[in-house]
Amino acid sequence: MQFWQIQALNSFALGGLLFLLSSGFALIFGLMRIANLTHGALFMLGAYVAVTAMRFEAGLAVAALCAALVVGVVGGLIERLILRRISGNAQGQVLATLGISFITADFCLIVWGGDTIPIQTPAMFQAPLHFMGLTFPTYRLVVIGIAVVVAIILYLLMERTRLGAMIRAGVDDMQMARAVGIRASALFTTVFCLGAFLAGLGGAVGGPIFSAYPGLDSDMLSLALIVVILGGIGSLIGTFVASFIIGFIYTFGTALLPDLAYVILFLPMVIVIAFRPTGLFGTIRT
Amino acid sequence: MATDRVTGLGNEALTLEGVHAYYGHSHVLHGISLRLPEGKVLALLGRNGAGKTTTIMSIAGLLPARAGSIKLFGRPIEKLPPEFIARAGIRLVPQGRRIFPSLSVQENLAVAEQQREGKSPWTFSRVYELFPRLQERVRQGAGSLSGGEQQMLAIGRALMGNPRVLLMDEPSEGLAPLIVAEVGRAIEQIKSEGLSILLVEQNFKLALDLADDIIVINTGQVAFTGSAAAVRENNELVTQHLGVF
Repeated sequence: MQFWQIQALNSFALGGLLFLLSSGFALIFGLMRIANLTHGALFMLGAYVAVTAMRFEAGLAVAALCAALVVGVVGGLIERLILRRISGNAQGQVLATLGISFITADFCLIVWGGDTIPIQTPAMFQAPLHFMGLTFPTYRLVVIGIAVVVAIILYLLMERTRLGAMIRAGVDDMQMARAVGIRASALFTTVFCLGAFLAGLGGAVGGPIFSAYPGLDSDMLSLALIVVILGGIGSLIGTFVASFIIGFIYTFGTALLPDLAYVILFLPMVIVIAFRPTGLFGTIRT
Repeated sequence: MATDRVTGLGNEALTLEGVHAYYGHSHVLHGISLRLPEGKVLALLGRNGAGKTTTIMSIAGLLPARAGSIKLFGRPIEKLPPEFIARAGIRLVPQGRRIFPSLSVQENLAVAEQQREGKSPWTFSRVYELFPRLQERVRQGAGSLSGGEQQMLAIGRALMGNPRVLLMDEPSEGLAPLIVAEVGRAIEQIKSEGLSILLVEQNFKLALDLADDIIVINTGQVAFTGSAAAVRENNELVTQHLGVF
């Protein structure tokens, strides 16, 4: 009983972290049609920045905020200085973002070294929670809570504000959005910063679960790609649902059939691309 | 329109001089020149493929002109990106409507909103007054509107920018006759408020009813210009250039 319950909770927690990572990836892809392959590296950078902030005695909450802000600024710079020069050049963008992610990984290796650096779970969440005779690791619940709060804020931003309407208009028809006076350049930078901010936040919040280690970037990037393709590019609700689906598949796959973990993980993605290229909720074909 | 007594010229809302435009390597516009006087409606006619939509797209900055000049009230705009052209005061009712389907009616209008000083600026309530059908569907997703309603929304969206020049690309295309009449009345009202309009229209009668001046283009070049009154008296003037009507 305890096994299933813990695995289910781990699945939800992983799903929540995947949502923090993938929502920005999906927004950027939907609006700018850029498969931002730096997104995994931004997640990893978030974890490492949190490590450094905590060495200066910051609590995890403050460290996560620092990580999100630093990574958000880095994302904005990547968009302003590099990606905007190659807009419309899909292959160039793939290569450039892949290159930047390698550079970021090497940068992290130089600054933080090659050993796995654990990130302490905040003291107040270290004791497990007992409820109805079951035991829950408290921090997993906190992660799920953060993901749900971020999802609600993102939903309200997208559906209830003028900025959100402009982003959706750009996803629908970028050319027409510009023709009604929406400043594409400012919108792109805003969305890229937001996406990077969320990735950095995810890396820091996920720190006590994953730690910070070289290779975290590519582990997370492949999961984010699967989530976005499954959920539908540019669809926030699709990303939310797919994050938890993949969270479950990955957690139970590695626990029950460790030899087949990648088959279980990538097979749904292949099936979706082949038979439902718009994903579960999206309108844009992959 | 204020006419200069010495030169006989009025204020030009929009002027094109020798505009060339390409789709990739295909040379579509071969030196188009036209003038739209302030407060007038200029109908741009021509056969399919003559370059009407290309002209509109070039003015809006969506297909930048490679040569020639485009001026809005004397200010060159041909080098500006489309969002700056829109903000300078040119708004587009595009071919195929191209409303934002995942936005509600209200949001479609909101994202295009731009205030500009003027006598009676366009607001949500004035757009809904012009098209009461839209008011009944404020919260509805624009993608679920009928073709006619989408056209009304596309016009309303352009008006929300309080344009100084309105570009309309085939506003009657694919609409039922009753709806065409309703859209025609709306354009009539917009015109009566003094907005300068460049109108591309396949519906020859509608174009002639609304326009002050006519310009016909053929294979990317101007084939005829004249007043709508002259054309109404002598239809052959235009039919010989259009051939299809």
